[in-house]
Amino acid sequence: MARAVAVVGVGQTRYGNRSEMTYPDLVREGVQAAFADAGLGPEDVDGVVFGTMPSMMEGVAMTHFYFADALRAVGKPLMKTETCGTTGMSLAITGYYWVASGMADVVLVVGSEKMHEGDSQATMSTVAEPFFFRPFTSGAPGIFSMLAQMWMDRHGIPEDKARDAAARVSVDHHRDALDNPYAHIKKAVTMEEVKGAPVIVYPSRLWDICPNSDGACAVIFACEEKVKKMSGKPAWVKGIGFCGDEYWFGDSDKVSWDGARETARQAYEMAGIRDPLKELDVAEIYNPFTYVELQHYECFGFCEAGTAPDRVLDGTFSRGGELPCDPSGGVLCSNPIGATALVRVAEAALQVTGRAGERQVEGARLALSHGLGGVAQFNGIMILGAEQ
Amino acid sequence: MPDKHFHTKKHDVWLPYRFSAGPVFERFFEGLKAGKILGNRCPRCERVLVPARTFCPRCYVDMGQWVEVSQEGRLVTWTMSTEPFFGMRTDLPYVAGLIHLDGTNCNFMHLLGGFETMDIEAVRERLKGSVRVRAVWREEREGDMLDIKYFEAAD
Ligand SMILES: [Zn+2]
Repeated sequence: MARAVAVVGVGQTRYGNRSEMTYPDLVREGVQAAFADAGLGPEDVDGVVFGTMPSMMEGVAMTHFYFADALRAVGKPLMKTETCGTTGMSLAITGYYWVASGMADVVLVVGSEKMHEGDSQATMSTVAEPFFFRPFTSGAPGIFSMLAQMWMDRHGIPEDKARDAAARVSVDHHRDALDNPYAHIKKAVTMEEVKGAPVIVYPSRLWDICPNSDGACAVIFACEEKVKKMSGKPAWVKGIGFCGDEYWFGDSDKVSWDGARETARQAYEMAGIRDPLKELDVAEIYNPFTYVELQHYECFGFCEAGTAPDRVLDGTFSRGGELPCDPSGGVLCSNPIGATALVRVAEAALQVTGRAGERQVEGARLALSHGLGGVAQFNGIMILGAEQ
Repeated sequence: MPDKHFHTKKHDVWLPYRFSAGPVFERFFEGLKAGKILGNRCPRCERVLVPARTFCPRCYVDMGQWVEVSQEGRLVTWTMSTEPFFGMRTDLPYVAGLIHLDGTNCNFMHLLGGFETMDIEAVRERLKGSVRVRAVWREEREGDMLDIKYFEAAD
């Protein structure tokens, strides 16, 4: 039987262009913040889990070696994992496993990216193999734009309605990011600005697409025994799910998206959640593109298939709505990829411990965090709660 | 932008790769050279997959019988790009999509063309609803996905 595990500290850097410092210093900024938040030091940590997007993003292979000092990992087990955009969730789940299994009592989990130092779009294009997909995928925007068109077509959603809902998601998140001191893009946008912005990869326009950000995030997981000896409020891990799809992009149906649905099913079963819309208080969905966020509302059972635009437009997922999504501004406003899904976990932890500042969803007790990566291939979820 | 800029160290990583095609992809590319699109059938689930595979991703058995698949099919989804992406060998803007070739059990990714692709409204109008498409080949072929120039509207 797995041991109870809680998040006992989180640290985030400011996201944006962080060219004022070297990469290890940026990692250190996140790690120091997490130690300060937890009231712990490196002597309390039994192991370190670290990850980024593909190593090509950094231009240095095996960055967990390069960053060993910044991670305070010297003399400890150190493991790297990378699953593209899902990296941060893979890291969190790995840290959870180490503690839940009894292999460690306290684990430091860190994700980072410094996207301004290299060529992020070129790096992402290398996620597709060169024979059949790389010549056509248009990077991540192309893949998610194809998903969006398939989704609209399948459910008979009028293009204008989907466009309005995606614009509303963008408007909400850009406004939310103004309340997040760590957010990269701090600019309120209007429906007209979003809908009239230049097309990057149709139907996604400029404000439908996440930025390239630099940043690091650190999260500390601890076992029950350690949590009881600490003074801070823990965020208990209530459920996890992870599902990888098959590689060939045209083989499986990304509208019904069985992998995304299975990820949620696993996490809900573990957390004992039957009606996510009613039971969850807040969700941090991995939303690098507005349209894919709409699809995830459906895949995660927040609403029926094909109804996400209606629910978005009636405010269900806005601040003050039934299930506020991405009150941090989400991936749409800050995307240091290797850290991004771990930021979703950190934000969920802040929400259920009532420490999310201006972006706090009042009375939040149960929060879902999500990671998405690969050529729309991986989904991961971690659900955190105020109660054990 | 940060308040202060410090020196940056410029460094290029240039690494050439040679990816093995193996016997199955090689035969698929030979097919393209000959103006044929080749798939193969899984002996267990009987799906016809294209491009041809060495093994069925679901059944994990070696793929069986080779099939020359139809060069026509239904457009499943598309996207138009106005930005260059690494690895792209086509002029901007371009339209890419997933095509369900007749008689197969998966979608095939390729370019769409033969119509006005400079203007998004024209592209939307042309690709609205259920669109049938067919392969248009290059004269000079070298065993590469771009031996198919693009898929054009067939109706
Ligand atoms: Zn099969």
